[in-house]
Amino acid sequence: MEIPKSFLGYKRENGRSGTRNHVIILPVDDISNACAEAVSNNIKGTIALPHSYGRLQFGADLELHFRTMIGTGSNPNVAAVIVIGIEPKWTKKIVDGIAKTGKPVEGFHIERTGDIGTVMKASKKAQEFVMWASEKQREECPISDLWISVKCGESDTTSGLASNPTVGNLMDKLEPLGVHLCFGETSELTGAEKVCATRGATKEASNKFMKTWGAYNDFILKEATDDLSESQPTAGNIAGGLTTIEEKAFGNFQKIGNCKFIDVLEPAEEPKKGKGLYFMDTSSAAAECVTLQAAAGFNIHLFPTGQGNIVGNPIEPVVKLTANPLTAKSMSEHVDCDVSKILSREMNLSEAGDKLIETTLRVANGRLTCAEALGHKEFVMTKLYRSA
Amino acid sequence: MATEIIIHDQKDNVGVVVIEKITPKQECNCWIMENDSSTSIQSKDEIHLGHKIAMNDLNEGDTILKYGHDIGKVVKPIKKGEHVHVHNVKTKKW
Repeated sequence: MEIPKSFLGYKRENGRSGTRNHVIILPVDDISNACAEAVSNNIKGTIALPHSYGRLQFGADLELHFRTMIGTGSNPNVAAVIVIGIEPKWTKKIVDGIAKTGKPVEGFHIERTGDIGTVMKASKKAQEFVMWASEKQREECPISDLWISVKCGESDTTSGLASNPTVGNLMDKLEPLGVHLCFGETSELTGAEKVCATRGATKEASNKFMKTWGAYNDFILKEATDDLSESQPTAGNIAGGLTTIEEKAFGNFQKIGNCKFIDVLEPAEEPKKGKGLYFMDTSSAAAECVTLQAAAGFNIHLFPTGQGNIVGNPIEPVVKLTANPLTAKSMSEHVDCDVSKILSREMNLSEAGDKLIETTLRVANGRLTCAEALGHKEFVMTKLYRSA
Repeated sequence: MATEIIIHDQKDNVGVVVIEKITPKQECNCWIMENDSSTSIQSKDEIHLGHKIAMNDLNEGDTILKYGHDIGKVVKPIKKGEHVHVHNVKTKKW
C-alpha cells in the first residue's frame, strides 16, 4: 500500500497539528468540577474535563498534576482552554503553562466570586473561544505531524497473536515517515522486561527503562497483599485465555513491532528528542494511561482489545481494533478496525497493518471513533500517593 | 485447510485455539507462525477460543514456552492435548 504523505488537521500556533478542534473547560481541582460542567452546559461545543484531584497534593505528585493539566490544555487537539480553580495561584500556574503554546487560554478562580459569578464570566469567554474555534479549517499536514500513542486493554491471547502485532506492523511502516510513537504500561511488561530493555535504541534508554520498571515492580511487591491474581491478569484476561502476567507481557510488547525506543518518559512528560518511539512510565489501567499520553501531546491513540475494552478520551481520539471474532461480532459498536480475519488466515499481518493505517488516517482526518460517537470521555488523573 | 490452533514459535510447548472451540478427540491443524510450518494434534479437552492446548506432556515444575519465552511454570502435570490455564500453570513473578 502507498501510505498517504499527509492528513487534514488543525494547525496550531506552536507548529503542532491537531486531529480535533476541542474547546475545553479544565477544572484545576475536584471542587471546581461543578463550575466547569455548568459552563460546558451553557456553551455548546465545549467539553468539561471533570476529575477527582487537585487539592493538597505535594512533591512529585503535585508536579504530575500540573504536568497533566498543562499538557492536556497544550495538546494540539485543543483549540482553546478555560481553566477554573478554587484559588488564583494554581489556576494561574496552569493558564501560564498552556499560554506558552500561543493558544487562547483564560483562567477564573471561584474564591471571592462564587460559582454563579464564575460560571457567568467563564461562559462569556467560553462562548467567544468556541465561536472563534468554529471557524478553524482543516488543512493539509505532513503525516509526521501525527503523534500516535498505543495501549491495549481487556487483552486476551488474540491480542498477542494478531491485534497487537497489527499495531506493531503500523509502527514499522510509519516510524520511517517521522511520526512520534509512544507505548507505556510499565507493570504489564513484567516477565518481558529484559527483552523489552534490549529494544532501547541506546544503552542509556535501556538502563533508564530497567530502572523505571524496577521501581514500579518494587512498589507492586510492597503493596501486594496476595499474588495479584484478581488484578493482573484481570478476570477478563483470564476468561480470554491469558494465564500469567508473563504471557500478557509478551503479548503486550508486540505493539512496538521492530521499533526501538529512543527515550523513557515520566508520566505525562512531553517527548523532546524528536521523531521516533518513546516508552512512558504509566499505569496499565486504560483511562489513566491514555490520559497521560494525551497530556504528553499525542494526538491519536490506537487501542487493541481482545475481550472488548470500551475506553475513550475527551481530547485524543481512541481507535479500537480487535482480532477476536466474538468481540468483533458481539461488540461491533466499539470496534473501529476488525482484524479478526488474521486468525482464520484470510488476512496477513501486513494487510491488517495497512487496514489500520487507513482507519487511523480517516480518524485523523475527522471521522469520529466508535468511542467518540458513544460519548466516552474518560479523563483519569494518575495520583502517585496520598495528599498532605 | 482450516487452522484450529496457532503456535507463535517453533520452541513453544503450547498453542492457541483460534476457532470458537475444539472438542475432545478432535484432530486439529496447527500453524507455526515463526517459520510458517504446520503440525497437528489431537485434543483431549473441550478448549475455547483464545485458550491454550499442551503440545507435549508436561510435568510439575516445567516451564511453559510461548513466543519462544518463559511465561510461567507447570504446577500440575499436563498431558499432550489438554487445556493449559490457571488450574495447572502459575506465574514465576508476583
